[in-house]
Amino acid sequence: MKRALTLIVAAALLVSCAAVLSGCGSDTEQVTINVLNWGQYISEGDDDSLDVIAAFEEKYPNIKVNYSTYDSNEVLYTKLAAGGVTVDVIIPSDYMIGRMIAEGLVQELNFDNIPNYKYIDDSFKNTDYDPENKYSVPYTWGTVGIIYNSKYVSEEDVTGWELLWNQKYADKILMFDNSRDAFGIAEYMLGYSANTTDPAELQACADKLAEQKPVVQQYVMDQIFDAMENEEAWIAPYYAGDFLTMQEVNPDLAFYMPEHQGFNLFIDAMCIPTCAKEKEAAETFINFLCDPEICGQNLDFLGYSATEAAAKEYMDPEMASSEIAYPSKETLAAGTTFSYLPEDTSRLMEKLFMEVRNG
Amino acid sequence: MKKFNRVFTVLIFIFLYVPMAVLIVASFDTGKSLAGFEGFTMQQYVRLFKDRTLLKLLGNSILLSVLASSIATVFGTVAAVGINGLNHRMRKTVMTLTNIPMTNPDIVTGVSLSLLFIFIGTKMLGIRNSLTFWTLLIAHVTFNLPYVILNVMPKLKQMDPSLKDAALDLGCTPLQAFCKVTLPEIMPGVASGAIMAFTMSLDDFVISYFVSGTGFVTLPVQIYTYVKKPLQPKVYAMFTLLFLLILVLMIVMNLLQARGMKKRSAAHAASK
Amino acid sequence: MKKTKSVLLTTPYILWMVAFTLIPLGVVAYYALTDPATGEFSLTNIRELGMYLPVLGSSIWYSLVSSAICLLLGYPVAYYIAHRSPLVQKFLYMLVMLPMCMSFLLRTLAWVGLLQDTGIINRLLGLIGIGPVTLIRTPGAVILGMVYNYLPYMVLPLYSTIVKIDHRLVEAAQDLGCNSRKVFSKVILPLSMPGILSGVTMVFVPAVSTFYISQKLGGTDTVMIGDVIERQFKQGSNPNLGAALSLVLMILVFVCTGIMNRFGGDEEGGVIA
Repeated sequence: MKRALTLIVAAALLVSCAAVLSGCGSDTEQVTINVLNWGQYISEGDDDSLDVIAAFEEKYPNIKVNYSTYDSNEVLYTKLAAGGVTVDVIIPSDYMIGRMIAEGLVQELNFDNIPNYKYIDDSFKNTDYDPENKYSVPYTWGTVGIIYNSKYVSEEDVTGWELLWNQKYADKILMFDNSRDAFGIAEYMLGYSANTTDPAELQACADKLAEQKPVVQQYVMDQIFDAMENEEAWIAPYYAGDFLTMQEVNPDLAFYMPEHQGFNLFIDAMCIPTCAKEKEAAETFINFLCDPEICGQNLDFLGYSATEAAAKEYMDPEMASSEIAYPSKETLAAGTTFSYLPEDTSRLMEKLFMEVRNG
Repeated sequence: MKKFNRVFTVLIFIFLYVPMAVLIVASFDTGKSLAGFEGFTMQQYVRLFKDRTLLKLLGNSILLSVLASSIATVFGTVAAVGINGLNHRMRKTVMTLTNIPMTNPDIVTGVSLSLLFIFIGTKMLGIRNSLTFWTLLIAHVTFNLPYVILNVMPKLKQMDPSLKDAALDLGCTPLQAFCKVTLPEIMPGVASGAIMAFTMSLDDFVISYFVSGTGFVTLPVQIYTYVKKPLQPKVYAMFTLLFLLILVLMIVMNLLQARGMKKRSAAHAASK
Repeated sequence: MKKTKSVLLTTPYILWMVAFTLIPLGVVAYYALTDPATGEFSLTNIRELGMYLPVLGSSIWYSLVSSAICLLLGYPVAYYIAHRSPLVQKFLYMLVMLPMCMSFLLRTLAWVGLLQDTGIINRLLGLIGIGPVTLIRTPGAVILGMVYNYLPYMVLPLYSTIVKIDHRLVEAAQDLGCNSRKVFSKVILPLSMPGILSGVTMVFVPAVSTFYISQKLGGTDTVMIGDVIERQFKQGSNPNLGAALSLVLMILVFVCTGIMNRFGGDEEGGVIA
């Protein structure tokens, strides 16, 4: 027995040494980039779709991608602001990019390495979060609406954001687990600006959210897919692109945009954080994702809306003409974008949201 | 009463094993949901072995726990020998120190280490990525050390000190005496400490979750982000394979021990 | 001579432990006492702690209940295992240990699959015309998750103490006219007290600080202190408040284990006397 154990320990040691040595002996030309993206936000080769990362690594064999995910802008921000990590590519949303630029968390890009930037539609350039197009390259855009299961939710109840407060569906309602999206909904309901900085209005929103808490099943982000597809929950606010993915699994799901109250229009764009180590390789990766063919196939799987017209050629025509992914001009006019809020407003909002969640 | 105890024990074992059975069954399911069985397939296993990231993460976890537990075993055994020679008061102080990571909740240990590494790395040294493989290794060694020491100490106490003195009298150097006399005596403690440290390290989620950065991530940490997404059933396939592996390992160890026990009792009988 | 060598051997270990257990706790205290925005000394975080007292209270309550249930379930099992033949003991011990080696994240997730409204149990109930019954997202589900995850931590120390109880003491008590109930309450139970205490500690500490179990099996109103800490560090970008909460949790755990140890010491003294 003793000898067997000694042997096991010795063997384990040997194996570990070998593993460390082999790790050191790899080609020095290789670079690894750390890509941090939303969950379910790149085509990964399931169901015969394109495996974007594998395709990239095949085209650029000297760049390895270390891919991981986060599930809200706030989680990403916390990770970068806390420090201690190296990240080369991130894909935050508009208002968060504004905040990161202001706080020096992202750096200027070298557009010589991103020639495919020319494909990006002009309507996604000179945005108010990045007015001079120095820091970000648009990845997708979309709208936020309510996803509901038409099997259980009667149409007459689908009148606006107040559906998420409806007692009738208590414990079957999901809610955003991030402060900005959650407060956005309360702001639309109460008729405030989605970019308010007034502490009293924010407090009123927090009270509204606290009032909703008893009917909420869970505060979730990525978990929404399973819950809605399996009908564990019936009502949830979420991004239009993900609705299209969920609807493929469960055709009873429907999407509603409360035009009379307003809703969020967002752009998610690729940035390089200041803590990046491999800037050039990161730019190569961003450029690759802007390639119309890659972009088209990627978004075809994701269901999110493309920021370049050229990409639509490579999509399933049904997706390219989807009214949910590409709503009419009139509908879009009802949407508002989130802009960057001053530091103390962001902090107050986060604090209030934590109090709603924890209280 | 006896019958009640038996039935009760069986029920508790069912309680412990049913959730694992659910996962194992799900690994052969064509559907994605844990709740219903749609049809039999081995596809998840094929997908698992095609998946480079999952296997790499498993490799990461094994590498980390082997290294951390080996370092902790050597370091801890040396320390235990030292502690054993200290006077009562000093020994008590050192053991209190040893008990801190044992009593502290994992989340506090994780939080405190990550704050320490960020504080030193980012604020004092200006290093951008201070959370690396090495900080993770330090964290694992730290929470492994007490397990090794608490396993080795009792064996050292049981040992007859005159054995070592005899070896020294017979001309052994202190190192030789340690290797030839002390080490074989305390080996069971060292081994069980090493195994405990290894399993603690392999299964650790909470501390690694707070201490790991982006460059080196272990399997449990990644599973935590996986379970937020629609979980891919290949993870269940991996669970099933790990379950079988650990089951086989434990049975083998049990058989070895059982054989050892028989031999010992036979020797005991013969000496009588 | 011998002593200096011992000190020499111990020094690196002491340095390591001071560097990676004591100093980090100092850093936590430093963060707890500084302002998240300005980085200057402030008591804001400490003042905000009051808000989380109810959460702290319910965390303690849930973990105490789970520790008690673990003890009630674990004791008969440990007792049963301790009275088998050595070979069977080894085998059953292994069966108790095995779940501890498997990912507790996935095992907890399996409970979600079992308990949710569209889960396995509700589907089975549906077949016989009952339900769906709300099982998940209740305090009961959180406690169940804790009992399930930490029961082995109770059984193993209990088994180790029960198996060491000298059978002659039991026989002596019987000879002196004790019935089996009295033998249990006067002999076996007091002698297994060290195991009970270490088992309760081993269940209580991870249970009171968990965040995964309550996130998966709990609802919006079963928030635990671990959730709050995790959220401050990973989402709310307020590590300073998180640090203050960690400090509170640590003090709480040290006080609780301290009380249990003292209680245990007295008990041992009582047995010897």
